Amino acid sequence: MNKEISTSVSAVKREDVMKIINAFRDQPGALIPLLQAVQREYGYVPKEAVDLIADELGMFPVDIYGVLTFYAQFYLEPRGRHTIRVCEGTACYIMGGKDILDRLKTDLGVEESKTTADGRFYLETVACLGCCGMAPAMMIDEDFYGNCTVGQLDEILKKYE
Amino acid sequence: MSEKRKILICMGTSGIAAGATGVARLFEQELGKRNLADGFQIIRTGDRGLFRDVLVDVIEPDGQRTTYEYVKAEDVVPIVEEHLIEGNPYAKRLAGKSYHDFFKSQMRIVLKNCGEIDPEDIEAYVMHDGYSALRKAVQDDSAQIVKTVTDSGLRGRGGAGFLTGMKWKFCREAAGDQKYIVCNADEGDPGAFMDRSVLEGDPHAVIEGMAIAGFAVGASRGVVYCRAEYPLAVKRLQKAIDQSREKGFLGKSVCGSPFEFDISIMQGAGAFVCGEETALLASIEGKRGTPRIKPPFPAQQGLWGKPTVINNVETFANVPHIINHGAEWFASIGTEKSKGTKVFALAGKVKNTGLVEVPMGTTIRELVFGPGGGMLHKKLGLKGVQLGGPSGGCIPAAMADTPIDYESLQSTGAIMGSGGVIIMDEKTCMVDVARYFTGFTVSESCGQCTPCRVGLKRMHEVLTRVVEGEGVPADLEFLGNMGNTICATSLCGLGQTAPNPVLTTLRYFRDEFDAHVQRKECPAHVCTTLMHYEVIEDMCIKCGACAKVCPAGAVTWERGKTARIDPAKCTRCNACNTACKYMAIR
Repeated sequence: MNKEISTSVSAVKREDVMKIINAFRDQPGALIPLLQAVQREYGYVPKEAVDLIADELGMFPVDIYGVLTFYAQFYLEPRGRHTIRVCEGTACYIMGGKDILDRLKTDLGVEESKTTADGRFYLETVACLGCCGMAPAMMIDEDFYGNCTVGQLDEILKKYE
Repeated sequence: MSEKRKILICMGTSGIAAGATGVARLFEQELGKRNLADGFQIIRTGDRGLFRDVLVDVIEPDGQRTTYEYVKAEDVVPIVEEHLIEGNPYAKRLAGKSYHDFFKSQMRIVLKNCGEIDPEDIEAYVMHDGYSALRKAVQDDSAQIVKTVTDSGLRGRGGAGFLTGMKWKFCREAAGDQKYIVCNADEGDPGAFMDRSVLEGDPHAVIEGMAIAGFAVGASRGVVYCRAEYPLAVKRLQKAIDQSREKGFLGKSVCGSPFEFDISIMQGAGAFVCGEETALLASIEGKRGTPRIKPPFPAQQGLWGKPTVINNVETFANVPHIINHGAEWFASIGTEKSKGTKVFALAGKVKNTGLVEVPMGTTIRELVFGPGGGMLHKKLGLKGVQLGGPSGGCIPAAMADTPIDYESLQSTGAIMGSGGVIIMDEKTCMVDVARYFTGFTVSESCGQCTPCRVGLKRMHEVLTRVVEGEGVPADLEFLGNMGNTICATSLCGLGQTAPNPVLTTLRYFRDEFDAHVQRKECPAHVCTTLMHYEVIEDMCIKCGACAKVCPAGAVTWERGKTARIDPAKCTRCNACNTACKYMAIR
């Protein structure tokens, strides 16, 4: 594990997680929104939080991990400071999205669903950002980039430190 | 009272991405500076369905409308000064012919309000006949509502095309103290974005449709299951729900009647299979989203084991119009078995990409060359059309006159699906596209049943081998057999349809498979391992586009001369090939 990344995540505090658990405790089937809330807090779902949720809700941790690993948008490890989401929807694929992804992998020296060694970027692909008219598209954090070309990437990445 | 002049600014996800927020703010500033703010109403709408960066409309009190496209920050002052003050439209950004052609042949029912009203203002929706259908419905007999929807012939817009009225009838007749209405907004098909646009542009229409369904079947609770990738849609829908509750369109007494109905939103966590109704219900219950065997159908045993109606966003958005205008009106649009309109997400190698709403039965050719405005690159002709996403199929250009309705598409091996239409030209490799979709379904298979989990993986391995030039003739036979087996033996709709992209390309584009396997060639110049990175002299038009984009300095080109690629410097990054619109690099 990359130390630089782990230290940038605030330590998991029992009372913070308890606050989230209590907000959802009485709602039937609220496990997914609960885990989403934990992830909003920490950027990922830490093991300590899973253990606490299991205890409090009377579940086995394995059932919670079952849910966490089923859905693509839960993370069990801390991620880089910025998340790059390259759209792999059909339109983006046809319009050259793969070239964008390949170039990012080479330039950043990182595979899909991994964080760069300096902790700056986490690179992942998504099925479709729903902006097929601006293909190929990608998002960095909350910023959307449409009609991307390989040549623009350096300039775009510079904006994120 | 003198009416204000209106300025409409399209602010859906794509408009905002193109800078619409800043443009809207600038209009406010510039009008304010000139003490003109009182004469104008700035309306922030959802996306209209055509990708033209920032779209701005100026509407005069008499209804006369001027549309500007690709509006940038620096265009705001000239629009204000030349048009709003002087009365002369600002020519530089006036929407051109292709903008108007895009809308000309459409029939907008579901998308009527998208890009026209402020989705965050319930009054705007009400002014456009909003909630009038719900008011009417709650005064009516609920059985009559079900009958009207059945008679209209409305079929589910999410993919399978089941008769909506029948679904409602089964749920209405099912015994249960509590029933649910679930809206499937888990728009997972890559290439389809109509649900996002409707939720962002006209969320009240979905709420109204759900409430009418609730009244018809006797449900008091509704849940919208929305993709987590659509944060803006969730935000606007939540705001709309809060507003309708405040106005009495949701809550203990809907429109002052004894009918109680309320809606909550559940955000998905990234699983395509959750678009399958039983998987979606499992996900709302907080579990892994794995489908289960039907029957029992959700109409009998759905959410928490209670009778549940599940319909897609577009289906619900049709309902208020059917109640307002009657079953006969709706049934008069479309074909014999497919009624009404369908929203298609047109994308890929076509000039105008965006959402197109046309009557059922419109042909593929009409779609591509009408609203689509024709092919993107003049020199690259139409090769095929992919319909229905990862569950659908590729239809060759020769079949472009197929009318788009549920039955006609099914007979070709494709499906309506949610309405994603991807246009492919000669520079699209069908084998690669088949592999792409299989790769998608491999990663989205829930893993519970073997044919889908293992079979698709094997197919993907074989397809990868083929695109990399390692394929053997027996591979093609294997793909056909395995595909048919998976279709026949999978539990849910995902597995049963996942081989379709491969089976249809094998059927219609067999020669391309053969080229990869036997000649180790990719006729579309797409599969990079089969590329040599050399310029074909006869095809090169000496434009230099390849040299401009090469990051390695491997392409030499002078004006009027054929480009040359130096293999020693080439890093095989494919940038030159992407830039070449003339198939001149192989």
